[in-house]
Amino acid sequence: MAMFSQNPVLNGPNYSFAEVPKDAVDGLREHRFNPYTDNGGSTLAIAGADFAIMAGDTRLTSGYSINTRYAPKVFKIGGTTSSQDDANLLLSVVGYAADGEALQERLDAICKMYRYRHGKPMSVSACAKRLSTIMYQKRFFPYYVYAILGGLDEDGRGAVYSYDPVGSFEREQCRAGGAAASLIMPFLDNQVNFKNQYVPGTGVGHELKERERLPLPRNEVEVLVKDAFDSAVERHIEVGDGLQIMIITKDGIEEKVLPLKRD
Amino acid sequence: MDSLVARYSRPATLNRETFSEDLQDGLHDDMNPGLSLKFAMPPVAQPSAWLRAATDDHANPNCPIKIAHGTTTLAFRFQGGIIVATDSRATAGNWIASQTVKKVIEINSCLLGTMAGGAADCQYWLAWLGMQCRLHELRHKRRISVAAASKILANLVYQYKGMGLSMGTMCAGVTKEEGPALYYIDSDGTRLAGNLFCVGSGQTFAYGVLDAEYRYDLGADEALELGRRSILAATHRDAYSGGYINLYHVKEDGWVKHGFSDTNPIFWKTKLEKGEFTNVTSALD
Repeated sequence: MAMFSQNPVLNGPNYSFAEVPKDAVDGLREHRFNPYTDNGGSTLAIAGADFAIMAGDTRLTSGYSINTRYAPKVFKIGGTTSSQDDANLLLSVVGYAADGEALQERLDAICKMYRYRHGKPMSVSACAKRLSTIMYQKRFFPYYVYAILGGLDEDGRGAVYSYDPVGSFEREQCRAGGAAASLIMPFLDNQVNFKNQYVPGTGVGHELKERERLPLPRNEVEVLVKDAFDSAVERHIEVGDGLQIMIITKDGIEEKVLPLKRD
Repeated sequence: MDSLVARYSRPATLNRETFSEDLQDGLHDDMNPGLSLKFAMPPVAQPSAWLRAATDDHANPNCPIKIAHGTTTLAFRFQGGIIVATDSRATAGNWIASQTVKKVIEINSCLLGTMAGGAADCQYWLAWLGMQCRLHELRHKRRISVAAASKILANLVYQYKGMGLSMGTMCAGVTKEEGPALYYIDSDGTRLAGNLFCVGSGQTFAYGVLDAEYRYDLGADEALELGRRSILAATHRDAYSGGYINLYHVKEDGWVKHGFSDTNPIFWKTKLEKGEFTNVTSALD
C-alpha cells in the first residue's frame, strides 16, 4: 500500500522534489512548502529560412513513475477559436506540467484578446516580449517552466525565442529544453550552427576555415529532430513514448505525432 | 466595493510618478501590456527564504529552478566618451545555458545598461528603466540625465531589497549637461559614479588588465582595444565567462556598436600575432 500511495509520509514515491520530512535526531520534523514537481520530458525548436519547427516528447513522469504516455508539450497560441486552426504562434513548455499549462492558457488568452482588439494576430516579436513580462510577474513565485516560443517574423523567416523560468529571453536559431537539453543541445550546436565543423583541405591547425553557416532545408531539419529525440530516448529515462512535432510555415501549422520507444 | 472606493479615493500625492500605472482588476491586468509592478507571491510567511531555497543554486545546489546568470562586464570613461564591453555567456549551475547573450542593453539611443547577475532581473528592469526615461522625456521635453536615470533604477531595486533580486549593472550615457557619465548600480542598492567599473565573476581578471593599461587620454581605437583585451583576459581565466565579445562606444551623439565577435579567433590572434598568453602552447601535437 505504501509503495503505491504516493504519500511521502507512508514512504511512497513523492510528487514533489523534497523527500519525506527528515526526522532529526530528536524526532523534530521540518515541513516545507513544496509547490513544484519535475514532470520530465524534453522540447526542441529550430528556426529555418521560411519555417519554424517545434517538437516535444509526450511522456509525463513523476519521479520514476510514468503517469501518461500522451501529454502534449507543444501548443498552438493565438487562434480565434478553441480549435486554434488560425493560430500563428507555437509555445512549448517543459518542467512542471501544471505551471506549463497555466502559462500556456494565460498567453493564449492574452493573444486572443489582442486579436479581438486589434483585428490582427500578434506578431511573434510582440508576443515574445509579452511572454517575458508574464513570466517575470511571477519572479518571486516562479513558473517552473522552460518555455520556447516559435513563429514567423515580419519578413517571413522562422523565429525561435527561448526563456528561463523567470522570463529572460533571447532569439535563437535553435534551442533544446527540459530533461534532455544537455544531451540534445550539443548535437544541435554541431548540426544546426555547424560549431566545430571545418572545411576539409583548407589548411592545417589554426589555418582551417570554419564551415559556412547556411539555413537548413525543412526535410533535413525534420530528420534532425527525429534523430535528436531517438538519441535522447536511448539515454534519458524521462524521455520517450511519442514525439509531437509542429511545423509553422506561411501556409499554417502542420502537426504530426511519431512513435518513440516506450520502455 | 469598499476596496474599489479605497483604491480610487487615495490622495493623488500618494501616487508616485514612477508607479502611477492604472490600478485594474486581475483580468484587465492580464490583458494590459504595460510593465505592471504587481508580482505574484508564494503563500508562505517568508517569501524570500522560500525563493532562495527554490532558485538560488549558490545557497542550495539542488534547487529545482535554475535561473540564468550573466557574467563579465566592464565600462570605462575616457576623453572620447565611454567604452562598454561584455562577454556573452549565461550559466545555470554548471550548465552553459547560452553563449550568445546580449549583455549590453540598449535603453535608448544615448543610454546603455549592462547585465550581470540574474538575466531576467536585468532585462526586465532595464526595459522598465527605458520606459521611465521615455516618460521623463515626454513630461519634461528634454532627455533625462544619466544621474537621474541611474537613481530611478537604484531607488527601484532598493524597494525590493532582501526579496532576492540579483543584478549588478552599469548605466553609461552622454548628455549635454553631464558629458560622458558612468554609474554602477547593484541590487543591494549601491549607486556609485566613477571612471571605471568591472562587474561579475570575471571582474577581477578584467580589472587586472584594465587598471594596468588605463589612462583617461586614451585614443578611441586604443580604448576599444583595451576593452576587448580586458574581456578576453576574463574569458580566459573565468570559467563562467566566455562566448562572444560585445563592444560599444558611447559618444556625444549616441552609442556606436563595434561588433559581437567570437573570442576563440581573437584569442589565437592575440597569442600568435602579439606574443601574449605564452602560458598556452600552440603546438598541435
